[in-house]
Amino acid sequence: MPGRILLLANGQATDAAAAPRLPSADFQQVLADAVTAGARVSAFFGQAEADGAVRISAVLANDRQGSLGLLSTVARGSLPSLAAECPALERFERVLLEEHGLVPAGHPWPRPVRLGGEAAPLFAMAGGEVHEVAVGPVHAGIIEPGHFRFQCHGEHVFHLEIALGYQHRGVARLLAAGPDRRTAVLAESIAGDTAVGHALASARAQEGLAGVEAPPRGAVLRGVALELERIANHVGDLGALAGDVGFLPTASFCGALRADYLNALAELCGNRFGRGLVVPGGVRFDLPADAAGRLADRLAATFERVEAAAGLFFTSPSVRNRTDGTGVLTRQAAATLGMVGPSARASGLRVDVRSTHPFAPYTTDSVPVVTSPAGDVYARSWVRLEEARNSARLVDRWLRDLPPGPVRVAVPALGPDRLVVSLVEGWRGELCHTVTTGPGGRFATYDVVDASFHDWKGLELAMRGGQISDFPLCNKSFNLSYAGHDL
Amino acid sequence: MKGILRTRRALGRQTIAYPEGPARFPERFRGRPALAPERCTGGCHACTEVCPTEAISGAGSPALRLDTGACLFCGLCEEACPERAITFTRDYRLAARSREALSLAGDVPQLAAALDARMRKLFGRSLKLRQVSAGGCNGCEAELNATGNVQFDLGRFGIQFVASPRHADGVVVTGPVTHAMRPALIATWEATPAPKLLIAVGACACSGGPVSGSPVCANGLQGVIPGVAVDLWIPGCPPHPVTVLDGLLRLLGRLEGNDLRVEGTGVISPGNR
Repeated sequence: MPGRILLLANGQATDAAAAPRLPSADFQQVLADAVTAGARVSAFFGQAEADGAVRISAVLANDRQGSLGLLSTVARGSLPSLAAECPALERFERVLLEEHGLVPAGHPWPRPVRLGGEAAPLFAMAGGEVHEVAVGPVHAGIIEPGHFRFQCHGEHVFHLEIALGYQHRGVARLLAAGPDRRTAVLAESIAGDTAVGHALASARAQEGLAGVEAPPRGAVLRGVALELERIANHVGDLGALAGDVGFLPTASFCGALRADYLNALAELCGNRFGRGLVVPGGVRFDLPADAAGRLADRLAATFERVEAAAGLFFTSPSVRNRTDGTGVLTRQAAATLGMVGPSARASGLRVDVRSTHPFAPYTTDSVPVVTSPAGDVYARSWVRLEEARNSARLVDRWLRDLPPGPVRVAVPALGPDRLVVSLVEGWRGELCHTVTTGPGGRFATYDVVDASFHDWKGLELAMRGGQISDFPLCNKSFNLSYAGHDL
Repeated sequence: MKGILRTRRALGRQTIAYPEGPARFPERFRGRPALAPERCTGGCHACTEVCPTEAISGAGSPALRLDTGACLFCGLCEEACPERAITFTRDYRLAARSREALSLAGDVPQLAAALDARMRKLFGRSLKLRQVSAGGCNGCEAELNATGNVQFDLGRFGIQFVASPRHADGVVVTGPVTHAMRPALIATWEATPAPKLLIAVGACACSGGPVSGSPVCANGLQGVIPGVAVDLWIPGCPPHPVTVLDGLLRLLGRLEGNDLRVEGTGVISPGNR
């Protein structure tokens, strides 16, 4: 649909004025048609304009063609809701309501997303046989806060609603005040377990706006860090899943093995979560060849142990019994919700930014997209192990053959009135930073969508018809970010 | 079962040597900053210009100070300083008993003082803690979880994170304390039986950290629970699990003195920071 959708590539900036402003009805129609045709909604956000108007922008990802599309409209007071037709939009529309007061007319459940807590009414069933179970915001373990409301009959779960927002720190608003000396640490703090991923998405957005690229060695070291973050979290999750089904050998082993990957990040940059490594222009720390070789040797030995620890988990009949068929999320549900990351791939969706919207070093070193058709806890576990395997191979290859040259280039001032969409495949899935600059080259808007924003609804649906005692296991199999969602 | 035993043998003993033996840190690990204010030349503000959290005051004068409660240990000030007036050591000991004590002026070990004799008698051999994340990004939460794994093994000291505040001797708070979590945090504190301890972990809980000044959060735990002082501050972004262990063990009087043993990991050659 030329002229109605602005086509973009991941990380390539364009003139901010080039984004088409459609009349509201056209915007809705083009958006609905694109989503029906298979496009994913990567971002959908509002920007206050003069006299109470709100400019709404939608970023669509066409995974088959590897392109991104942007379209926008201007609304006042309300807009017709597309939530019933395109459930992938429903949470985005609720954000427009709470941030800009734009009423999504006809939205089936216009509850606040971040500012409601338990105070805003939650869905409740009526009837003498139904009871409610309320959990949170403080949970039993060392976990981020959120409120879970179950509608049950005994063990049977009819409905689960998850109320978030307890982690709302205003990170996106603080980011929009940049670029300044706080920009990098704010990006790293969106979700502390995805510090490398969000730092990379932010750095690539700024590089796009400034018209520079990280040098090859810097790009590969970023790839190393992003994959180490993925392995650390996937291995940690396998351990936690083992813990939740009471299979303690893998729980103990993986807890220790995860540390080897965090420690590898600390070798690179001094911080176990990779904080301070990724900067606009490249990375702050180089890795000498001898050290890279030693690190590769250690990580190769560690992954053999991961295989052994994970092997125990996947071959144990008792584990199989608890994970097979538990918390099933169908392919259709995952696709309709616009889900991303391992949770989507475990339901059979081929979504992986590294493959569909690649940037260096993934343009030359491709990553197989791991999928499973089953959509259950077992599939979400298995996909994690397979992805960790692929990442371990990549890290090994990169560390043993780092390209020569500098790791960082200088980044000039950001261009004025530019727009960029930066996608990175974090370990939970797609991270999307959409940034525009004003006339002076400062940020005019900074929108962040963490993978978890797309995926929380999937956890709610996976619990339907299940048993409430399976919730901790299901929750862990998604392991979504509260901070990344709440921003 | 055979597989389990075989894997168990292959992995071997995982628990770290600390505190009886040395703690191991990578060459690039940034622990306690060491300040040399006498090197700080008049008019230079290179460090404050790069610091993301305004943790440095008095730059360009002998009044140079660095607040580790706000510090994210990014090391940008060390990079920027032409005189090496700020350097990051590998001393992992960072915890303090008062918020003011987190502000450093020189190059002196930071050793948290122990509780009084009565509290040590109550908690010294068994301390149960309830954790509340109040806007933590999951970095501090992840490291607190790691303290319980087989490597750091908090349990060997009789310290344990428990599910209910009713079973707890203290509350450990991470995050800047978002407005949305403030009531739940106060309710958790009130549900914990006295006598009890209040512990702040991480830059956000100490000062607001990366999000300090946000209109939807407090700037950390100070003053959030009316009339209650924080017993232990553990800075870092996030603090290393050994930093957390050091703070807790010193608080309980289980670790004393200034014996610092840090070893490298052998990956990056010493001096190649």
